[in-house]
Amino acid sequence: MLLRLIPDNTQIRFMRLRTISYPLTIVLILASIGLFFSVGLNFGIDFKGGTVFEMKTMESPADISGIRTQLGTLDLGDVQVQQFGAPDEVLVRVQQPDGGELAQQSVVSLVREAFGESVEFRRVEVVGPRVSGELAQAGTIAVVASLLVILFYIWFRFEWHFAIGAIITTVNDIIITIGLFVVLQLEFSLSSIAAVLTIIGYSLNDTVVVYDRIRENLRRYKKMPLPELLDRSINEMLSRTVMTSVTTLLALLALYSFGGEVIRSFTLAMIFGVVIGTYSSIFLAAPMLIVLKLRPSAVTGPDSDAGDAPGEDNKAASA
Amino acid sequence: MLYFARWKISLIVLVVLAGLVTTLPNFFSSDTLKAWPDWLPKRQVVLGLDLQGGAYLLYEIDRKDYVAKRLKTLVGDIRQTLREDPRIGYTGLGVQGNGAQVRIRDLDRLAEAEKRLAELKNPLVANLFGGQAVDEFDMTVSEDGLVRFAYSEQGLSQRISSIVQQSIEVIRLRLDEFGTTEPSIQRQGEDRILVEAPGEGDPQRLKELVGQTAQLTFHMVDQSMSPEQAMQSRPPVGSVVTYSADDPPIPYLLEEAPLLSGEDLVDAQVSFDQRTNEPVVNFRFNTSGARTFSVVTQRNVGRPFAIVLDNEVISAPVIREPITGGSGQISGSFTVESANDLAVLLRAGALPAKLTVIEERSIGPGLGQDSVDAGRIASLIGAALVIVFMILAYGRFGVIADLALLANILMIFGALTTLQATLTLPGIAGIVLTIGMAVDANVLIFERIREEARAGRSAISAIDAGYSRALGTILDANITTLIAALILFQLGSGPIRGFAVTLAIGIFTTVFSAFTFSRLLVALWVRWQRPSRLPI
Repeated sequence: MLLRLIPDNTQIRFMRLRTISYPLTIVLILASIGLFFSVGLNFGIDFKGGTVFEMKTMESPADISGIRTQLGTLDLGDVQVQQFGAPDEVLVRVQQPDGGELAQQSVVSLVREAFGESVEFRRVEVVGPRVSGELAQAGTIAVVASLLVILFYIWFRFEWHFAIGAIITTVNDIIITIGLFVVLQLEFSLSSIAAVLTIIGYSLNDTVVVYDRIRENLRRYKKMPLPELLDRSINEMLSRTVMTSVTTLLALLALYSFGGEVIRSFTLAMIFGVVIGTYSSIFLAAPMLIVLKLRPSAVTGPDSDAGDAPGEDNKAASA
Repeated sequence: MLYFARWKISLIVLVVLAGLVTTLPNFFSSDTLKAWPDWLPKRQVVLGLDLQGGAYLLYEIDRKDYVAKRLKTLVGDIRQTLREDPRIGYTGLGVQGNGAQVRIRDLDRLAEAEKRLAELKNPLVANLFGGQAVDEFDMTVSEDGLVRFAYSEQGLSQRISSIVQQSIEVIRLRLDEFGTTEPSIQRQGEDRILVEAPGEGDPQRLKELVGQTAQLTFHMVDQSMSPEQAMQSRPPVGSVVTYSADDPPIPYLLEEAPLLSGEDLVDAQVSFDQRTNEPVVNFRFNTSGARTFSVVTQRNVGRPFAIVLDNEVISAPVIREPITGGSGQISGSFTVESANDLAVLLRAGALPAKLTVIEERSIGPGLGQDSVDAGRIASLIGAALVIVFMILAYGRFGVIADLALLANILMIFGALTTLQATLTLPGIAGIVLTIGMAVDANVLIFERIREEARAGRSAISAIDAGYSRALGTILDANITTLIAALILFQLGSGPIRGFAVTLAIGIFTTVFSAFTFSRLLVALWVRWQRPSRLPI
């Protein structure tokens, strides 16, 4: 007996659920935007500048308050010390000093000298103010540029309704993912941008698969009312959508649990993004087509496209 | 869709085998690989600095420092040029903002002065292929006798560009003898240099070697007053107080104009002082340097002179006898390592401008290894989970999808190895993500086959239709992800780039393995079993 996550012939009325899903989505988006502006992202040194030391101490667990006191004597300004991964590992963040890049270099030598051989420096990262500004800019450009290129690709492959719908869905995913970063105060770094871009890719992947089926069904059932047709398409693809989400989540969960501390927040963001991406491709992307007033006649293509439909349902195809 | 020409079968099998063969060296140590016959591929995946440990240092040319220095020499050149004709009187010569200016007193001599000064505009050749020559400075002459030199934007950026090139050469010479693995030195953007040193967990010494300007100068010590007096009142004109590198620093009063500089050196070597057995640096001047040095030492027997490196006095020996041989010795409180570094710096020459570290990332070898181990475990567990799940969901077809997945992973590693792309920690995450998403193509196909079968098709025709109809969907879905990956590659750096590379390679191999390898396996299975009912 094979495992079926979604029974055959499932028929959930997703379009009816949009009275719940739409307000829910809007609340999530507004909350994310509000939090973004009130609480703000916890920017890592990639975008804020500053210095990070990851060190392994000789005793386990590490003497965090001792380290804090020792750092305090160095007069480095704002310093954060926290346990990171294993109990004997500590992460130290030093804020961007006023003196620019040169002052940053002296922070590095001061800290390295102060601890000397008493700890193992596993990682030292220094990002100067100029670089951090450029990285922030490049990250933003990356996200916007990929959205635009994808918008044109979908426009070219589908109708404009689909392109707009896909982009709105994706922007929604990005905003809510950023909301998660704010709520959990996950560090937002360069790899978070990579996570966001992957989420864009994944969410679009899901959305495009659903849209592909909608387009196919639009050619097939020309007379079917749009909400019914959308429901049918989503239900047909539901099994695939869930299967793929599950396999991707399985892989990501393995990465989250065993992949090490360095990429944990990266993986967490992606896990969340996969969940959100799956949700939005079902509850947002398809109903969006109703909002955008897609007409079945808008889909061009061979008149009688029987060969494109599952089975030999010729009656419906030629109707 | 289920028929394969024999050549196609061979091709598909060959591609997968190529993946296997090129991946294979990664499972062996490099010592084992040396014993392999020549015809076998031996290349291994290149690990990024975050996985093998190492230092990433991004330097930027200090434009301000360079411009200030350059304008100072320009002012000197202007003075010298105008002095060549004693009839030209001038005043107010100095650095002004982004340029230098001078006022010609006698307006009748202005044209003459202009002609002479025009030579200082310093035309630069744009590039090898005959681009237009640009002047380094724009010269403007106003009627009241004011001559202004301003840095032209193009002139400056070309200047900076050649300085970056020069600096890279100097850094390369300096790092030639550094450590076991060769650091890579690359230009980045207009005014930046990236130094990457694999295996270097603590780049302190690397930074000392790269970051020092290493401008060596020799000055006479001004004995007309003590340095303390000079600090309290004012140093005599042409002299300046300079400190030593000692702790606490000792002040010296030095004549500002250097007697000689590092450019006059031809060689520098470490040796040991015969009396104290301390390490010292021996150097040799070129011919003109030797001549100057001999004249100066003859005149100043009994007086001290100072050897200054980057505005710090290293030592200030007293001239005991004229030095005519053109060689000398620097002694200070050196260790063998610091003496050796100084010799390297002197041999490589001074940097044309100051370099500032604007980004530094160093990963200790311990963390790198931990990340590799964690990545390995995570990928294995992730793959195992997906494999088991696919068999639970699709039975025999799941096995086929799993075989396709394995082929896929082999091809990803094969491609990474062959392209010598860098594998980073986010890159490993990209592979794990690909493992999860790779089965998507097969899921799409299998779900489509189920649908076709439900709609009443026979097993074989459902399989056939499943494959041919899922193709468009799979392509659309993967192209969107590919777009995101390409942009990520374009705009990202280091580790992020590694992630984009694996993601993009993963997309190609996924589409390939779903559409050729898995389809081939299904076709073979159909040919063998002749199924009348679908097993999924």
